[in-house]
Amino acid sequence: MQESVGTKGLIFNEPLLWEKGSKGRSGFSLPRRDVDSFPVDEELCGDGPDFPDLGETDVVRHFTRLSQWNFSVDSGMYPLGSCTMKYNPKTNERQAALPGFGGAHPLLPAELSQGVLQIMYELERYLGEITGLPAVTLQPAAGAHGELTGMLIFYAYHQSKGSKRSKIIIPDTAHGTNPASATLCGYKSIPVKSDENGVLAPADVAAVMDDDTAGIMVTNPNTLGLFEDNIQEVSKIVHDHGGLVYADGANMNAVMGIVNMADSGVDVLHLNLHKTFATPHGGGGPGSGPVCVTPELERFLPSPRVIEKDGKYRLSEDYPDSVGKIHAFYGNFGVQIKAYAYIRTMGAANLKKASQLAVLNANYIKAALKDTYYLPYNRPCMHECVFNDKFLSDFKVSTLDVAKRLMEYGFHPPTVYFPLVVAGAIMIEPTETECKQDIDMFIDAMKAIAREARENPELLHEAPTTPKVRRLDEITAARKPCLSG
Amino acid sequence: MKEINELTFPDDLRYTKDHEWARLEKDHVRIGISDYAQDQLGDIVFVELPQVGDEFEKGDEFGIVESVKAASEMYLPISGTIAMINAALEPNPEIVNNSPYDEGWMMLIKPDDPAELDALMDKAAYLEMLKGNES
Ligand SMILES: Cc1ncc(COP(=O)(O)O)c(C=O)c1O
Repeated sequence: MQESVGTKGLIFNEPLLWEKGSKGRSGFSLPRRDVDSFPVDEELCGDGPDFPDLGETDVVRHFTRLSQWNFSVDSGMYPLGSCTMKYNPKTNERQAALPGFGGAHPLLPAELSQGVLQIMYELERYLGEITGLPAVTLQPAAGAHGELTGMLIFYAYHQSKGSKRSKIIIPDTAHGTNPASATLCGYKSIPVKSDENGVLAPADVAAVMDDDTAGIMVTNPNTLGLFEDNIQEVSKIVHDHGGLVYADGANMNAVMGIVNMADSGVDVLHLNLHKTFATPHGGGGPGSGPVCVTPELERFLPSPRVIEKDGKYRLSEDYPDSVGKIHAFYGNFGVQIKAYAYIRTMGAANLKKASQLAVLNANYIKAALKDTYYLPYNRPCMHECVFNDKFLSDFKVSTLDVAKRLMEYGFHPPTVYFPLVVAGAIMIEPTETECKQDIDMFIDAMKAIAREARENPELLHEAPTTPKVRRLDEITAARKPCLSG
Repeated sequence: MKEINELTFPDDLRYTKDHEWARLEKDHVRIGISDYAQDQLGDIVFVELPQVGDEFEKGDEFGIVESVKAASEMYLPISGTIAMINAALEPNPEIVNNSPYDEGWMMLIKPDDPAELDALMDKAAYLEMLKGNES
């Protein structure tokens, strides 16, 4: 076995900036004032900002030290299920920082923003092609925001038919944001259990679908990492009752260039650019959750929309049926550039290959660990695989203990206790960007931990001991949250 | 998490498949969640209960328990009107972990038909169900 990447090292403590520095210290000198000072009306002045007095060294060391406490995809494998923590290529950052983009202002007229508008227009076309749903909005700021946008489109569609439906069907393998988004839009969620294979059974959908149900929200691939094989049949049942089909496409990383979502009966779908299209997320930056729809639903998309005529681009508000604006200006444009750069550097063939490798990697881990950790749904998975702690319960070792111990081997823990349909879930999503050697090291670490659970469970109960902080008191944090500084 | 034989299940209660318990006390039925439920959830951080006077049908969702691991709905074992809720759980939700059958009760309900309790499981049936879940 190769030497573990997890090790010990000297980590610096670092206080808050407000506890550093001293009066009068400063990081730069202002140029000498060359105009006369002028008294400002007292009423216009409040107290100055509460900033500490710091030198450049104070500030640089502060943020360098904080960055050393962090774990990111740039430092190691981050197999956080459902989050698609793939590597974010640095070239994307470079493109987004080009002066023409960095200096663009959203209030500039269209004539001075042609490149920016072209990027948005072309990105919409690419996403339309990847999903099979050609009409696209880039406005939503994240996945859940895309879901809400989708629900507003459902509502507008039914309203245009003179009906007002009140319910949405949501399987128990949907992402948790799905029922939340439906509720925010005023719909009542009707839960449906997945079958023994971990997917939706058409009969279970037929049993609840009625003329007061606006449609269904299906996460596909679902949160068990399984492809909803009955999606076409399910879509037909929903359509036959006049409903619409929403696909949570945040797991699109498993099926790019392989599944045409329109062919599977989907009417509305969101993507997470910050997952599938390699833009930073978590602490790394804002998200972007474009929504793609069928041509029939195009008129309901948020406005303004980018349009092209004779090679010229502009924004149009002329969409009387639109659900309206759902984000200031045009969404998180910086993220859109990075996703655009990713799609262009990859090309169609490599996007498909990325999905194939993401699925291969997850299945490799599933096969390698299924004798070590209990696998509740033993069938081919998509981009992630879900185990649990059942084999370890005799030793009083839980999923949380495994996750904490894994940090000491130098890996970010997988997603734990989600999806809820699996008690004690350990959800692993390696993504396509991990090479076989690193995946093998991860597998070895997981096996070593299972051995430790049997031979020395205390080690796991105590873990982690080497990281900067031990187990945080998440119970008190949840019971008695401190919501201000 | 504990083994089933390490958990307690009082004899005088009725249990549901969703792990609520119900106890007939003169005109009222007291309701809570079982030792198994609190053990599965882990450290409970929040309990959301309905308001006194709310009316529910048997099987309706009446509240939510949230732990560090999960949020879980609670379903009413019997139809009726909420007569009293355990206000101590709001500031101190951990009482449910420490004392699920006594201080950690959730609410008192005025049942529409106390005979509905007969349809619920007794201790033996509940234990059997739990053992079935385990295998
Ligand atoms: C399947 C799925 N749907 C929706 C979301 C919500 O996306 P966001 O966190 O961007 O709101 C996520 C987030 O990870 C997800 O995995």
